[in-house]
Amino acid sequence: MSGPPAVWQAAGPVLAPLAVALAAISIIVAAAGENPAAALRTLAAGSLGSREGLAMTLFYTTDFIFAGLAVSVAFRAGLFNIGVEGQAMAAGIGIALAALYAGALPGALALPALALAGAAGGALWALVPAWLQARRGSHIVITTIMFNFIAGALLGFLLNGPLGAPGSMQPESPAFPAAAAMPRLDDALRAMGMTPTDTPLNLCLPLALAAAFAAHVLFERTRLGYEMAVLGASPPAAAYAGISPARIMMLAMILSGILGSGLALNELTGAQNRLILEFTGGYGFVGIAIALTGRNRPAGIVLAALLFGALYQGGAELAFERPKITRDMIVLVQGLIVLMAGCFGARARSGEA
Amino acid sequence: MPWWRKPGQPMKYRFAGPACLALIAIIGGAGFGAAAEFKPALVYDLGGKFDKSFNEGAFRGAEKFRLETGIAAREFEIQNDAQREQALRRFARDGQTPVIAVGFSHSSALEKVARDFPGAQFAIVDTVVSAPNVQSIVFREHEGSYLVGMLAAMASKTAKIGFVGGMDIPLIRKFACGYRQGARAADPRIEIIENMTGTTGAAWSDPVKGGELARSQIDRGADVIYQAAGGTGIGVLRAAADAGKLGIGTDSNQNGLFPGRVLTSMLKRVDAAVYKGFSDARAGNWQAGTAALGLKEEGIGWALDDDNRALITPAMKAAADQAARDIISGKTAVHDYMSDGKCPPAGAPGG
Repeated sequence: MSGPPAVWQAAGPVLAPLAVALAAISIIVAAAGENPAAALRTLAAGSLGSREGLAMTLFYTTDFIFAGLAVSVAFRAGLFNIGVEGQAMAAGIGIALAALYAGALPGALALPALALAGAAGGALWALVPAWLQARRGSHIVITTIMFNFIAGALLGFLLNGPLGAPGSMQPESPAFPAAAAMPRLDDALRAMGMTPTDTPLNLCLPLALAAAFAAHVLFERTRLGYEMAVLGASPPAAAYAGISPARIMMLAMILSGILGSGLALNELTGAQNRLILEFTGGYGFVGIAIALTGRNRPAGIVLAALLFGALYQGGAELAFERPKITRDMIVLVQGLIVLMAGCFGARARSGEA
Repeated sequence: MPWWRKPGQPMKYRFAGPACLALIAIIGGAGFGAAAEFKPALVYDLGGKFDKSFNEGAFRGAEKFRLETGIAAREFEIQNDAQREQALRRFARDGQTPVIAVGFSHSSALEKVARDFPGAQFAIVDTVVSAPNVQSIVFREHEGSYLVGMLAAMASKTAKIGFVGGMDIPLIRKFACGYRQGARAADPRIEIIENMTGTTGAAWSDPVKGGELARSQIDRGADVIYQAAGGTGIGVLRAAADAGKLGIGTDSNQNGLFPGRVLTSMLKRVDAAVYKGFSDARAGNWQAGTAALGLKEEGIGWALDDDNRALITPAMKAAADQAARDIISGKTAVHDYMSDGKCPPAGAPGG
């Protein structure tokens, strides 16, 4: 590879929209009658400046790495997977079923079993649209969007009925057994006699980073990654080269579903310890923005996920500290960053070609 | 007996109030500045502060407290479920007390945070969290629903009335069940058409579907429709008004949304609960335990103002007032759906 190292190549498209977004935040904050410099300080200090803030940022980052990778692995093969949200919900159902009905597993086996159940759920949910695209030509954008609704309805049905906690007003499952809780950073801090951060940051973060590395190896070093890239760039060329589009599509979507299940693992075993209705929180859709900002490269996706994680956490901190800044303004800023990422991402892609 | 305690509940925390007062006096003696600082906080639910209904009621209560005392509560509108615990914890760590969590969805997060901050005072609206430092504020919505059910039955010319609920949860079935009992009490042969909007949180913010359900009930003959559906309910009231029928509002006074076309509103005084929670805490009268607010405590009621005065005949008002007195005195027992998950096969008037 020529030019600067991959990390710096990836950092460019993350830093440019960040600069524009910070400018946009300043204008909005000033319009709301607050001091922009102070607000930006709050944003930075709240997301990166304290142990609690940093841990919370990294918790969100974990979600976003998984979601971004899930989108990008499908995108590599030319498939626009809008269904990460639904795939994560299906993964959550798998995790909850395993946690609630296979609770007898010994501690060391429980978490891998949950992760496998989640991966199976996510893969299954991605497989149907993939098959429809590969065999029937049904457009994957439409089918994956529809599958989000189906997953949401299924989750609602299960939590209001068979999986719901008896006697609870909330549509939520009973609490998972203790063996189903992902080890948290706080557990380690407590064991070392340090003050815990009181955040749900857990072992899923290293898992997400490992997934990013694995995706990098897949994209750059394997035959499957190459076949996906060929299919994504030109389906006729792929067919001419003897690559089966159907096979690659299905494999890419299965991988996408498995990566998306990491989001469910982080939220359910790391934070909630029960299955709840809206645990995906729209992160599956944010994954599209992350993949775009990170230019579909794992290193870029990790950086973009960190940026969005910091914005989510810093945004919450802004709302805590500065009453004049409402949560709608924070959503506005997040939207602007996605827009900027889209602009810069599109420029970068056309420059690449 | 103080308002927050159900009759018969043990006086477990009898000394908490005086102890708080004593503590405040001691701190006050030590340094005036520290004692004068009263730091309340509010955490809203996903619906957001200005939802024209439940959360907004809490906001109005805090606003009333601010106008009277000049003390503004810190507040936070959550964006995702992970923020419930984060927000409560954050306020507790900053020394905010009391912290009021608005909405039953905060219950699991509050259980954890209340345990970690035994010195802070918390309150939760709409569900019960059992902890020595949590005050649970619930409402006897079935009582108010009973009264508006009576009014609906008396106002109906077709002897058919409707109910549109939001998300299908026990709380909303409790509304429907009270409404049914009241309507049957006023007219044993009344027909009641009930629909729920959905089974997910989206059912609280789908006015289009609310309007569809209301129109289908009107097509089947209903001419008064009660909504207990949050933001969805605006669509119900609009559809009823557009068809020349009557709607019934919930939580806040919604009579003014479509003047002359909203029969009344079942008032759930979240504002009063928040205001009282802050005021009591400031005065050192804060108590843990469960407060069930109903007609008697004026936590529940029905709205009569210039927008609907022409719709409520003196006979209707007299009947509703009499029923309210009977419920308060215990002569009429309104069945609470949430007590056993059943609604009695009404036919015989309650009481």
